[in-house]
Amino acid sequence: MSRIISAFERLRRENNRGLVAYITAGDPSPGHTVELILALEQGGADIIELGVPFSDPIADGPVIQKAGERALRAGTTFPKVLDILRNLRTRSEIPVIIFTYLNPIMRYGFARFASDAAAAGADGALLTDLNIEEAGLYLAEMQKHGLDPVFLVSQTTPDDRLRVLSRSSAGFVYLVSRAGVTGERDRVSDQARRLIERTRRVTDLPLAVGFGLSKPEHMRALAPYADAAVVGSAFMRVIEEHQDAPDLADRMCGLAARLKEGLRIPVEAEDGR
Amino acid sequence: MAATTTTTITTLPDALGHFGPYGGRYVPEILVAPLDQLEIAYDQARADDGFRDELENLSRRFAGRPTPLYHAKRLSRHLGGAEIYLKREDLLHTGAHKINNCLGQGLLVERMGKKRVIAETGAGQHGVATAAACALFGFECIVYMGEEDMRRQSPNVFRMRLMGAEVIGVDTGSRTLKDAISEAMRDWVAHFETTHYLLGSALGPHPYPRMVRDFNSVIGREARRQFLDLTGGLPDVLMACVGGGSNSIGLFHPFLEDERVKMVGIEAGGRGHRLGEHAARFSGGSPGVLHGTYSYLLQDEDGQIALTHSVSAGLDYATVGPEHSWLHDQGRVEYVSCSDEDALEAVKLLSRLEGVIPALESAHAVAEAIRRAPDAKGQSFLINLSGRGDKDIGIFRENMPGLG
Repeated sequence: MSRIISAFERLRRENNRGLVAYITAGDPSPGHTVELILALEQGGADIIELGVPFSDPIADGPVIQKAGERALRAGTTFPKVLDILRNLRTRSEIPVIIFTYLNPIMRYGFARFASDAAAAGADGALLTDLNIEEAGLYLAEMQKHGLDPVFLVSQTTPDDRLRVLSRSSAGFVYLVSRAGVTGERDRVSDQARRLIERTRRVTDLPLAVGFGLSKPEHMRALAPYADAAVVGSAFMRVIEEHQDAPDLADRMCGLAARLKEGLRIPVEAEDGR
Repeated sequence: MAATTTTTITTLPDALGHFGPYGGRYVPEILVAPLDQLEIAYDQARADDGFRDELENLSRRFAGRPTPLYHAKRLSRHLGGAEIYLKREDLLHTGAHKINNCLGQGLLVERMGKKRVIAETGAGQHGVATAAACALFGFECIVYMGEEDMRRQSPNVFRMRLMGAEVIGVDTGSRTLKDAISEAMRDWVAHFETTHYLLGSALGPHPYPRMVRDFNSVIGREARRQFLDLTGGLPDVLMACVGGGSNSIGLFHPFLEDERVKMVGIEAGGRGHRLGEHAARFSGGSPGVLHGTYSYLLQDEDGQIALTHSVSAGLDYATVGPEHSWLHDQGRVEYVSCSDEDALEAVKLLSRLEGVIPALESAHAVAEAIRRAPDAKGQSFLINLSGRGDKDIGIFRENMPGLG
């Protein structure tokens, strides 16, 4: 059983919701990333999305763009991300999804990517700009190496396409909660709940909701409906603002803990489900 | 056998936007449905005589089509070889071929009922054409432009603003066309419900490469007819500069089945052969994905997009329209590059001998013709003079001391 599936089973047993924490590998430097992931895990993150920086991240807002620029300046390449993963695996079993854009992976080669990522201890991957129509080779290699491919679905995805994308995903399905790039917003969009309902009708996979989520109240708003919430920019903002601070890891841990607290399901909502 | 090959070449792309292995659609999932809607709207418009009539009418009365085909006799005589003909897209309203596509997409936006238009621009020619079309149709207009390009093409920034467009400077990456496209895509991801992305070149996700090519094919259709009328035959060689590749594919496409017509696409050779010093995707790049399409791409060994350089902002871009990649691999079009220096020399020569000041982009094609003409006695070259050089006066001045 994959680490991702076990994580969601554990969450279900504990009647709890998952926190998926995104972190750009190599920000502020490759040497920081393992410690920061361990801090996120200690704070309560259940799954890590490990971002491989790309020079032209069209789906990302300014915070993650700048994180990627810092990571690239610090010399972060995909082979270095694999080193980070190998180091992490000597200290933690937290599920890790590699999260990036298509071109760096295509350049590395799908077969080599899947084989090296699996060997380094990755559990899955999400390539933001790889649409299902073009994903044949990628999916075959992912399956061959036991990695979970995760696809994004959004408010504009029609039901028949939701079905195809869910069927092609493993581990969980990632629901984009709103129109726009990644980044913190004031409130959870109304679109999110409608999308969760539509996706539930076509799949039994756990549903993780992301984009625009940064605060405990966002977590509380989603907890009754989603299986997990994805937070990225809020963590990367902590790195941006405190990259040289000695307590950077503690701050990441603290934010993860506050978000995770928000994901506890209130008793009354539990009855309503 | 040959007939099958040419049919294949001219009937692409396939239903998913592929030109051979190139093209396709690589975008955030949220854009798939808006792109599908755009494709449907475009197919409906294409099949509609009313749409075609409206576009033709606007092209004639607003933009100034047809543009002349001009025999550059003094330049030809000076070079002493091939006879050189210029397709004068520089005489179009707003100063370049870009208006062809903007009027087409503008009419489409009207049909789709959207009121807000966003665009990217490099040299500013597409931005100016978009601003003009938006003023004409009454759309809100936002143009993303790299700050480096705003500096070197400042007259165009002013023109866009004068026509009511909001020009937003982009200060990420190389602060050029690549970054402007990224920013426009981020805007579109957030506002696709109300907004049309008026992409200015034959690149990006399907259906843009096909649609932008179709709207610019008027260049080649006209030129082919005009050349036949003028000379009774077809040109031996077509030449056009290739940035994203819209003016060149517009010229080339209607000639693809004329097997005896050779075609040359000219990329920006910049100031050297090392990665970062040029924008020659075919000699210096390899296939990859940027901005929604799979095509030749300047990238480093880790798949990060390389910085590019060209004196001409409109050619300063890391990837190229996917149909060009296909035509390159098929050997149907030859792609070469020309240096900053040669392009500037071509500006001087054409200005002095013909009284025509070309845009720096188009000057790359003129430079290649100057290089080849002396050894091509008896042949005819047809160059797409895609834009005029007014916007480049500042750069000319920096590089041509002694003219004041």
